[in-house]
Amino acid sequence: MTAQPFEHVVADHGPAVLRVCRALLSPVDADDAWSETFLSALQAYPRLRPDSNVRAWLVTIAHRKAVDRHRAAGRQPVPTDRVPERPSPLGVPEPVEEELWAVVRALPPKQRAAVAYRYLGDLPYRRVGELLGTSEAAARRSAADGIASLRATYERQGAS
Amino acid sequence: MTSEPTTTRIADGTADVVSALARSGDPQRLTALHDRLAEQADRAGALDVAYRTIDSPVGELLLAATGRGLVRVAYVREDHEQVLATIADQVSPRVLRAPARLDPAASELDEYFAGRRRTFDLVLDMQLARGFSRAVLDQLARIGYGATESYAAIATKAGRPAAVRAVGNACARNPLPLVVPCHRVVRSDGSLGGYAGGPDAKRALLSLEAAG
Repeated sequence: MTAQPFEHVVADHGPAVLRVCRALLSPVDADDAWSETFLSALQAYPRLRPDSNVRAWLVTIAHRKAVDRHRAAGRQPVPTDRVPERPSPLGVPEPVEEELWAVVRALPPKQRAAVAYRYLGDLPYRRVGELLGTSEAAARRSAADGIASLRATYERQGAS
Repeated sequence: MTSEPTTTRIADGTADVVSALARSGDPQRLTALHDRLAEQADRAGALDVAYRTIDSPVGELLLAATGRGLVRVAYVREDHEQVLATIADQVSPRVLRAPARLDPAASELDEYFAGRRRTFDLVLDMQLARGFSRAVLDQLARIGYGATESYAAIATKAGRPAAVRAVGNACARNPLPLVVPCHRVVRSDGSLGGYAGGPDAKRALLSLEAAG
């Protein structure tokens, strides 16, 4: 099998990689990390093995770009916007996405990353653990804790 | 927390919060990011093939260019997805939709279809035509606007008078139809012969040029 045009890679995986970036970084940093991820990926693309998991490859690059950005920011905590108290008019969080992302970004770093890589990047827990430098079991716990925390916040907001 | 209705609501909330995140999308933002990627890739020398499509009187056309020049023009009936897959395979997989590099080709084709252009002033990358096909295409480039030649005459000019069928194949596989005018090659008996864009497109182009 030969490599498909990179345009397809962007179309197929661009949305998911942007979600991962938005979970990890402020909106502007997320855009920049997305761009750096796909530019790096494009440069390396001809050398990618044809049987590779393209999604996992991209999320791994995005992970490194996000780490670089956190490091460049002087290890400062990710700025989180205050969550506006605005109920969703449709009863689903779709129109208030930025509020949701802010809630995700407010999670502790390991939980935030575990939720991003597992639920938004579709990585198996083994890979999530590798990226986080923890065991597969610890990655699983971080993701579960993160989801529980999101659920609690979501419930509070939904109730208000 | 312990009562049944609350638990149900929380479970639903979990599904909603995760699926809302996983479904969330921002098409406008992604389009802007895609376009910025195309520009950055071009500047970084990583955009091996840029492509775009244009509307024309003979249907939507795919235009693709390497850093060296226009490498492919394709009709819809050639299947644009298949054409891009072939480009990824034979030229480079570093292919992005990036209109800027194709602006000169797009505007010259517009002028051609409007009857305001008789020759193309574009740098061509002929890497998709090899061997005898390349020799045939070099001959096609000499057929002037509004003129026609027979497959047999082109075979002779390309140095293989008996290779009339091979000339037909080279025309059919011309990577740069319109710009390298294979539509100006017709059968010795005056009938049209085949065309990558279909017989209607060939007829339309010859009429356009006859009117000019």
